[in-house]
Amino acid sequence: MFSNIGKFMHMLWVVFSKPEKAGVFRKRLFEEIQLIGINSIPIVALMSTFMGGVIALQTASNMDSPFLPEYTIGYITRSSTILEFSPTIISLILAGKVGSNVASEIGTMKTTEQIDALEIMGVNSLSHLILPKILGAVLFFPVLIIFSMGLSLVGGWLSLMLAGLSSTETYVIGLRSFFEFSNIVYALTKTVVFAFLIVSISSYYGYYTKGGALDVGKSATKAVVSASVAILVANFFLTQMILL
Amino acid sequence: MIEVKNINKSFGDNHVLHDINAKFEKGKVNLIIGQSGQGKSVLTKCIVGLHQPDTGSVSYDGVDFTHLDRLEKKEIRKQIGMLFQGSALFDSMTVEENIMFPLTMFTKMTKKEKLDRVNFCLERVNLTGTNTLFPAECSGGMQKRIAIARAISMNPKYLFCDEPNSGLDPKTAIVIDNLIREITYEYDITTVVITHDMNSVIEIGDTILFIHNGRNWWMGDRKEIITTDNKEISEFVYASDFMQEIRASMQDKRK
Ligand SMILES: Nc1ncnc2c1ncn2[C@@H]1O[C@H](COP(=O)(O)OP(=O)(O)OP(=O)(O)O)[C@@H](O)[C@H]1O
Ligand SMILES: [Mg+2]
Repeated sequence: MFSNIGKFMHMLWVVFSKPEKAGVFRKRLFEEIQLIGINSIPIVALMSTFMGGVIALQTASNMDSPFLPEYTIGYITRSSTILEFSPTIISLILAGKVGSNVASEIGTMKTTEQIDALEIMGVNSLSHLILPKILGAVLFFPVLIIFSMGLSLVGGWLSLMLAGLSSTETYVIGLRSFFEFSNIVYALTKTVVFAFLIVSISSYYGYYTKGGALDVGKSATKAVVSASVAILVANFFLTQMILL
Repeated sequence: MIEVKNINKSFGDNHVLHDINAKFEKGKVNLIIGQSGQGKSVLTKCIVGLHQPDTGSVSYDGVDFTHLDRLEKKEIRKQIGMLFQGSALFDSMTVEENIMFPLTMFTKMTKKEKLDRVNFCLERVNLTGTNTLFPAECSGGMQKRIAIARAISMNPKYLFCDEPNSGLDPKTAIVIDNLIREITYEYDITTVVITHDMNSVIEIGDTILFIHNGRNWWMGDRKEIITTDNKEISEFVYASDFMQEIRASMQDKRK
């Protein structure tokens, strides 16, 4: 465990060295934004819509007390989406998708000696491969999460309309009541940290894969599990630090 | 010239290399031969610094490579071309991008110059026109040749080839052997080739290092290897009945 953390820190140290060529780096960055970010849009869209729908329905079904105004549904849907569901749950899902993808890509490059080939040419393989991934994720995850928040609220609205549980006006009033911009800042701060954790941890497991194709699979699994645990732990501490 | 001194390398309990000493000369094709699993690939990786040897040192034209730091090593590595046993092409890139990669990374060549260089390298390995293919779309032998093209794209001063013609048909194997020899003589580079192929040994082996049980067992040139009475070498060289017949007929002639 501790030797892993030491090795991980050392890896980050090498990853954050100056890229060889700005042009090459820019090209790699856009590739990774495409791979890690744009390609995740469909799954994020799907998850967020359904998530918002379920939150709204559950809130509506739990509103037995006559003292609770109907706009509470919109309010609760918005708060839980922004505070927790979009940044944390979507990040956990991305840990599965992006984490396994990154770990197996780098792991395959390792076991087929492509990383050795980079090193032999004099390329800093850690920085060349991993820095664009980390930066791409840190830049694009917030976009994904904002997108997810929007769609989740739309999902909530859709489900309420379909079930006939509330009107559009009341829902929107709920969405707009007691709004604090700082919540969005909190959510996006979390997102950036999660993005960093997902990509750096799965790169780590990929890069230090030893053996063959089977071991690449094992690394991918380890990457997803560790990244998910890291997200949960980080979520706990960040919430304590920022919200309290 | 590359000089290897007292290299030892273990993986856990597996002591792979024992006190290897060798000199690989400039302008010559230097072979490393030996049976499978004897540590040839590990030795090469120690020489180029992909493995850190437990003891010993490697020097490139007098510069002690083993103890350089990362940035200093980089300067020497830019002069090294290497063909890996499994080709190690970048599978997310086309053939052209693979060969162009080191040029883009380390030279200030224009797009046109780079393309010319790529095509020149492809021509040398008889693969003109394969620019847009992906490695997965190429046969194993093609991948080997593309990897050679990539290894020579930067005009290396030191060229390492790990089994350049394993898995190739005899005719292509000879083409590759000739190519390696030509490049070596033409650009006066230090070439190290690992091989199992007796044909290559006889054809291109200017100096030959025979590794057995992780030790440098025997050194010599291609004439000496045929006539040596070292037991292990003979077993290696004359492993096939065919080679034994050749030896018998040579001995008959001598009588
Ligand atoms: N990365 C590694 N980790 C642990 N052991 C290794 C590693 N690489 C090689 N070995 C061990 O070192 C020994 C020599 O392997 P090496 O690949 O050098 O053989 P070789 O002479 O190149 O054989 P071949 O002709 O089949 O390629 C083997 O016993 C192998 O198990
Ligand atoms: Mg080998």
